[in-house]
Amino acid sequence: MLVRLVVTVLFVLLLWLAVRKARLIPTRGQSLVEMGLDFVRVQIVEQTLGKERAKPYVGMFTVIFFTILAMNLAGVVPFLNIAGTSRMGLPALLALWVFVTYLVVGVRMHGAGKYFKAQLIPPGVPWPMLILLIPIEALQLFVIRPVTLALRLVANMMAGHIMLVLCFVGTHTLFLYSDAIMKPLGAVTFAAGIAITGFEIFVAVLQAFIFTLLSVVYLNFSLEESH
Amino acid sequence: MISADHTPSGIEIFIPHVYDWFWSLLVTVIIAVFFFKYLLPKLNAILDERAAKIEGGIALAEKVQAEAAEAKAQTDAELDEARKVAADIKEGASNDGAAIVAEARAKAQADAARIVEAAHRQIEAERASAVVSLREEVGGLATELASRIVGESLADDARQSRVIDRFLDDLDAGLAGENERVVASSTDAEPGQV
Repeated sequence: MLVRLVVTVLFVLLLWLAVRKARLIPTRGQSLVEMGLDFVRVQIVEQTLGKERAKPYVGMFTVIFFTILAMNLAGVVPFLNIAGTSRMGLPALLALWVFVTYLVVGVRMHGAGKYFKAQLIPPGVPWPMLILLIPIEALQLFVIRPVTLALRLVANMMAGHIMLVLCFVGTHTLFLYSDAIMKPLGAVTFAAGIAITGFEIFVAVLQAFIFTLLSVVYLNFSLEESH
Repeated sequence: MISADHTPSGIEIFIPHVYDWFWSLLVTVIIAVFFFKYLLPKLNAILDERAAKIEGGIALAEKVQAEAAEAKAQTDAELDEARKVAADIKEGASNDGAAIVAEARAKAQADAARIVEAAHRQIEAERASAVVSLREEVGGLATELASRIVGESLADDARQSRVIDRFLDDLDAGLAGENERVVASSTDAEPGQV
């Protein structure tokens, strides 16, 4: 996907420019980058995991958040016009990263037996219920969490892309190819396109936030003593 | 932007192709490497440095404050010391003043006593000289009076002087004694004398 490469290059270049001459007294660009990193570190990771436990994972979630954010925002950048996350590959890859991380961390921290027991068998439940609950919990742990993570993101971005395409193609068609009486309707679709562009910027940030936050929450399940 | 041979539809949308995986992995790795190797270490270093600087600033401020407090304490101590010294000086001066006054008073009293004594002595001397001159005069007068009364000239010097001395002795005895005794002795002596 070409758009992902372009976004990657632009994004890395922008960040590099912002912090190339990083100093104690920050420039505007540096402040902005620091603010973004601080937001992920404090608001997302440290508030969920606690300051001490968060330390080893801050970098990973910072990468996930900013990758998704940059790719999402590509959806409203002229000439790119499609989010890098609106194809399944990237969200699936990031979800896989989170999935593997929380499994490995959980097993390494508690041991495989104890970890899966804690995750799959809810305490204080009468044993006949376990026949039902263990498959549900297993589905939750191995399938639902990572898949929803990826699907939520890809569906949001794809829907946003389709709406934008609809509005602008509609505007184009109405203005240039339809009967005179239909032409004013093009103004409506154009206005809707502007509104949806704004909305898409909001969704881009929101989905990056949600993806990262849920990843941290899932990791937190693995770090905690009992489910 | 779809680079596969055909447009995916249905469930195919959610099953990534190999190329999709590949490019996703590539960009994620690029971004991750950039973050882990460059951005995060660099900014963390800056943040640590800033924190250190702020802490250093706070420490410096505390140090300066402590120094100021110390200087103030020192000044206060010196001020107290100075006040004490001033009080000592004042007290010493007032003691000295009292001593000077006392000395002056003593001297004045001594002077006064001396003057009074001198006056007494002078008076005594004058009285003595007056007594002497009076004695001579009274002796002459008495002799003259007596010779006139008696009609007998006491020309004989020896006798004259004997009479006068006896008279004056009587007089002295009379003066020294009590009034009654003076009166008594004079009345006793007079008939014998005459």
